[in-house]
Amino acid sequence: MTKRLSAIGLVVVLLCSLQVSIPLCQAADREINVAAAADLSAALQEVAANYEKQSAVKVKLSFGASGALTQQIQNGAPFDVFFSADMDYPRQLIAAGQAESQSLCRYAVGRLVLWVPKDSTLDVEHKGIEVLLDPSVKKIAIGNPQHAPYGRAAAAALKHYGLSEKVSDKLVLGENIAQAAQFVESGNAQVGFVALAHATAPSMQGKGKYWVVPADAYPPLDQGVVIISAAPHKQDAAAFLEYVKTGDFAAVLKRYGFSLPEQK
Amino acid sequence: MFIDWQAFRLTIELALIVSAILLVTGVPLAYWIAFSRWRWKFLVEALVALPIVLPPTVLGFYVLVALGSRSPLGRWWQSLTGHTLAFTFSGLVLGSILYSLPFAVQPFAASFSSVDRKLLSVSATLGVSPARTFFRVTVPLSMPGLITGVVLTFAHTMGEFGVVLMVGGNIPGVTRTVSISIYDQVQVSDYASANGMALLLLAFCFATLAIVYGLNRRTHGQKLWSVGPLK
Repeated sequence: MTKRLSAIGLVVVLLCSLQVSIPLCQAADREINVAAAADLSAALQEVAANYEKQSAVKVKLSFGASGALTQQIQNGAPFDVFFSADMDYPRQLIAAGQAESQSLCRYAVGRLVLWVPKDSTLDVEHKGIEVLLDPSVKKIAIGNPQHAPYGRAAAAALKHYGLSEKVSDKLVLGENIAQAAQFVESGNAQVGFVALAHATAPSMQGKGKYWVVPADAYPPLDQGVVIISAAPHKQDAAAFLEYVKTGDFAAVLKRYGFSLPEQK
Repeated sequence: MFIDWQAFRLTIELALIVSAILLVTGVPLAYWIAFSRWRWKFLVEALVALPIVLPPTVLGFYVLVALGSRSPLGRWWQSLTGHTLAFTFSGLVLGSILYSLPFAVQPFAASFSSVDRKLLSVSATLGVSPARTFFRVTVPLSMPGLITGVVLTFAHTMGEFGVVLMVGGNIPGVTRTVSISIYDQVQVSDYASANGMALLLLAFCFATLAIVYGLNRRTHGQKLWSVGPLK
């Protein structure tokens, strides 16, 4: 009898504690959930910190491959805003009725660079694309051209320089551009095509040398942002998007190596 | 719909090789765990069980970083073979061995422990060496556990994703396993192919498991691996 009573008592206590914690969660601050492409890791963290100071809205960031994030959003992931590394994925969401077409805006233009670690013998800063043909280069890291925007750009650049066949057996594909960068940083690939944003991030200062791939070698990396139709915090998301169009946002992104749409 | 048969061949190859290696290396380790009386044995057991709770991405990360060209181990490997472990089939094999270790060793050790020690004593008193006792008495009596360990390792490696994602580099025919291929197809919204491959993988794994468990069951009150009188 006592055992059963104490069991029931325990369950009641657990249920009560749940009742207490749920209202506490609801009384939390305003927040928005932002899904963003991997190349924005450093830049958006600074943007989020600035925005939180001036607006009392907490910005929660989730970084990943634009393709993977698109899939998650299509299957109901509770994001409010999506920063893609291209314009196609946001357009795909709009076409599927899962993002608001009026909210689509080009927030930055990405740049591709060829990156090697600091102690590399490859003189990428002066030789540029030629270092790919160096005999010491066994593996070249790029983002997956099938679904990573920077990977597509890298493949286009290789084609532009007529190197696609020569280096095809040396390519290793990162699931997203950040993973491609990680392959080179860890010394497993000797050189890689990464985002300029990654090469100039504070955490990467002094760790490597890079060469900016000329813009005419690949289609422009126009990067678009949208508000998700099923966003749980639509008003705050719209306010954040207004902030994205301001000079403050542009200044931060410029420091991280992105070009702004007006000044290409 | 595109079925990546090359990825299937590669994945099955990986699973077979890893299962074989873990059978050969896991059995001695499991034997030690089952019969040793060392007071610090529990630390080894915890170490063996670690990959169960460790995320596969952590294992992949360590293979990538700790065995890359910046570490002494990585440089040694590089001097032997000319390249690092990452982006190679061998790198996947190493990662998978670490990842599936507990799935092999734990069933092995459990079945060795369940062997009646009296039988082993009897074998010794009959003048049979420990090695011969192992093969003639312990192994036949632990066959269900051995089979379970090998099959679990095989199935576990077939489905591996995290380690391969971290360390594979997605090279077709070398490190692009079925799970990576499916992931790629989902990312480009090719659901037809992803679905096809996922179903094939599911059917293959189910068939394999069903055959092995079917062979392992008792038929007419006697296990298929029943032990007769010692010859």
